[in-house]
Amino acid sequence: MPDAAQTLDAPAIPLTYARKGGEGGGRGFGGGGDGDGDAGDERRRRNHRAAMTAIWFTLAPVSMFFMAFASAYVVRESLGGDWQPLVLPPLMWVNTAILLGSSAALELARRRLDDAQGLQRWLFAATLLGVGFLAGQTVAWMGLAARGVYLASNPSHSFFYVITVAHALHLLIGVVALGYVTWLGARGRVSPARRTAVDVTAVYWHFMDGLWIFLFLLLSVWR
Amino acid sequence: MSDSAHAAEAHTETAHAVHRHPAPTGFIAKYVFSVDHKVIGKQYWFLALFASFMGMALSLWFRWHLAYPEQGLLTPEGYLAILTMHGTIMVFMVLTTAPQGGFGNYALPIQIGAEDMAFPRLNMLSFWLTLLSLIILLAAFFVGYDAKNWVPGPGSGWTGYAPLSVVEKAQAGKSGAWPQTMWVLSIAVFCLASLIASINFIVTTLDLRCKGMTLMRMPLTVWAWFVTAIISLLAFGVLLAGGLLLLLDRHLGTSFFVPGNLFIDNRVVTEHTGGSPLLWQHLFWFFGHPEVYIAILPGMGLASHLLANFARKPIFGYAAMVYAIFAIALLGFFVWGHHMFQSGMHPMTAVVFSVLTMIIGVPSAIKTFNWLGTLWNSKIRFDSPMLYALGFVSLFVTGGLGGIFLGQNAADVYFHDTYFVVGHFHMIMGVAAIFGIFAGSVYWFPKMFGRMMNERMSQIHFFATFIGVYLIFVPMHFVGLDGHPRRYAGFEFAFLKTPEMIAWHKVMTHGAIMTAVAQLVLLVNIFYSLFNGPKAPANPWEATSLEWGIPSPPPHDNFAGVIPVVNHGPYEYSVPGAPRDFIMQTDAPDILRHSSSQTAHIPVPTNTSASEKFPTLPPESSSDAGGSSGAAGGGSAPSDSGSTHA
Ligand code: HEM
Ligand SMILES: [Cu+2]
Repeated sequence: MPDAAQTLDAPAIPLTYARKGGEGGGRGFGGGGDGDGDAGDERRRRNHRAAMTAIWFTLAPVSMFFMAFASAYVVRESLGGDWQPLVLPPLMWVNTAILLGSSAALELARRRLDDAQGLQRWLFAATLLGVGFLAGQTVAWMGLAARGVYLASNPSHSFFYVITVAHALHLLIGVVALGYVTWLGARGRVSPARRTAVDVTAVYWHFMDGLWIFLFLLLSVWR
Repeated sequence: MSDSAHAAEAHTETAHAVHRHPAPTGFIAKYVFSVDHKVIGKQYWFLALFASFMGMALSLWFRWHLAYPEQGLLTPEGYLAILTMHGTIMVFMVLTTAPQGGFGNYALPIQIGAEDMAFPRLNMLSFWLTLLSLIILLAAFFVGYDAKNWVPGPGSGWTGYAPLSVVEKAQAGKSGAWPQTMWVLSIAVFCLASLIASINFIVTTLDLRCKGMTLMRMPLTVWAWFVTAIISLLAFGVLLAGGLLLLLDRHLGTSFFVPGNLFIDNRVVTEHTGGSPLLWQHLFWFFGHPEVYIAILPGMGLASHLLANFARKPIFGYAAMVYAIFAIALLGFFVWGHHMFQSGMHPMTAVVFSVLTMIIGVPSAIKTFNWLGTLWNSKIRFDSPMLYALGFVSLFVTGGLGGIFLGQNAADVYFHDTYFVVGHFHMIMGVAAIFGIFAGSVYWFPKMFGRMMNERMSQIHFFATFIGVYLIFVPMHFVGLDGHPRRYAGFEFAFLKTPEMIAWHKVMTHGAIMTAVAQLVLLVNIFYSLFNGPKAPANPWEATSLEWGIPSPPPHDNFAGVIPVVNHGPYEYSVPGAPRDFIMQTDAPDILRHSSSQTAHIPVPTNTSASEKFPTLPPESSSDAGGSSGAAGGGSAPSDSGSTHA
């Protein structure tokens, strides 16, 4: 491994270099733009942007993953024969409302980044409602199992469990992230300047919310 | 759960994202659990190197059986197992890891002027998941071990078609449920690894480019890795979903892919009812066709990069090359049906898939003609990276020709599931992509390890391999036209036992042996050069992109604490009026003006004296390069640009 001292003399050609720190333009879509002074701020902005780009692109494979299930579901349903339509437990409507409430609470929290008290309260509420949704789903699954609806009892049941459980597992990750953000908030480490964690979680969480509505509609309308 | 594993991680990671981490000390932190993209790139590269020899050994095994079936080297189920392992190892562990995980990781951050990938720890995670996936896959050899009738692995082919991949009894032998389950698990872990890696590539390319590195100044290699990452992002999630359904079918009694009333092993299968094997095929090929572009696109990017580099000309039609990459990626998602022409799909649907398949030929042809346009009227330097790049172009064209026949749904009735298909995809996906890997290896070896490879050995390896693969895979087309079905261990039919067919199989097998021996030359070259090769100069190939402006090997954070500024496009070779026949991307913006009026002041880094204004290479290193690349005949790098170095 070379040591850093040897670096500068190797390209003995007139390279142009920017000084570390003050620079800042040229990063991001299309390059260009000028940097400003403060290196720490600049770094924080860059990290924020990288994290946001990452989370938005993460939604693509998650969507493809669920679209694969959804299209398989539609195809399998159309093969008919042994397919018994499954009536979803009414509890799932309640769960849906809880999940929407959680998203709303998270948004309220994001509007109070400079108010530690309110922030903490709403983050906690969002997490709690997220856990509530998972608990509600579990109750719904148990109720179905009691009625004899198992993973392998009918193709419609198989799809129902695959889709709802896969969604719940994705949501579990979101709940963990929410819990982490809540913990950050409680330690005063969320503020208008330090909002990356809460913003990233919010994108993911709202997406999970929207995804659930899509899946719920699919399962209840396309039977 | 899978795809978003990193969602939670993304923000814990941000503290480290983008900015520098100090150089690690200690062997483990430096070379094993490293977060440095250069080390991770090498790890991927070594993983693929190991896997490729593994896969090659397996292929010799069943190739020998095909030439001398009477020796009974393999049972039918053993044949299928070895075949499946060969295909899976090659497609996933070699063609998907080396070009993207290996070279992409190593070179992409440097080529865009970044200090590392956006999320170094996620980068490390993707490598370790890939390794885990390989280990799980290799375990499939042994988990079914039975002293009496051992079948070394799953037998469903790399495509894992149901019900063969679901119903345990459908696979002959006594290996039980585990080998195929290991296969699915391995694929699932691999999907996760690739998804995480893709996010990292995309964010790095979008957000970490240095000042002046606009999108249209990115080397075509970067474009190719970037688009490959996008394809992976969209394709692997679908394979993961399919794989999970397959696992449920195998172990929890669901019936996604298995129809009812199957009669297997003298028994009606009652566990499954009403599933659809075609559902698996759709999910698999929706991933599978994009996957072939995941394997080949990085090679295309590299071929473009090298053709310009060694023809000493700007790439012909840079923008067209970029748009063609996007067109291929986009169209690649709408042609999967051409793998299922014979599945009983509606003929109208087949025609639609057929037409879309033909349309992909257009951007592919644009790329090919631009490569030829780049070579046109140029003074080519035949250094070994260039040989491999030319080999890539040749193999891509030859393999693509087979594709044009296969893409006609009516003609495919005849070709489907014969050796014609095997010849086609080995030519284009197998060896073309492998030649891309060879090219990348010899091209970046000096940068990665600080030493030159032996040019003579590379030439021997190139010619032997090039002739060898044509010997193996062209006859396959003819054997296929004569009707030899693929994935058959036996020669039951009389038409397979004609003297010509037997002779061709022998030719192919001996071609394979010759090719394998040639790979030993490569192996010797790699390990000899790793320790004894001449020290590599910073820029042995007189190339323009950023990795050639820093020492070989580069320091821990690539640019030793300074951030490069890019002033030039990636392919400014032989620009009239320039002081030498290439302008590096980081050269001063006014390099042309100043070189024509010798008196002008040129801003130089403080440690460069005025007398060294434009030396091509540091003096002692240029003799190194001359020693190793001079053997390439016309390819002696320094002498071509003789007047420019002092
Ligand atoms: C003009 C371009 C191409 C056309 C028209 C084409 C067409 C086809 C068709 C129709 C098949 C299915 C044949 C059958 O199973 O009956 C096929 C198989 C295949 N092609 Fe291509 N192809 C093209 C380029 C490529 C490229 C660039 C790659 C990889 C880099 C590739 C890799 C494969 C593979 C791996 C298979 C076989 C998969 C399997 O069944 O195991 N093809 N091709
Ligand atoms: Cu295809």
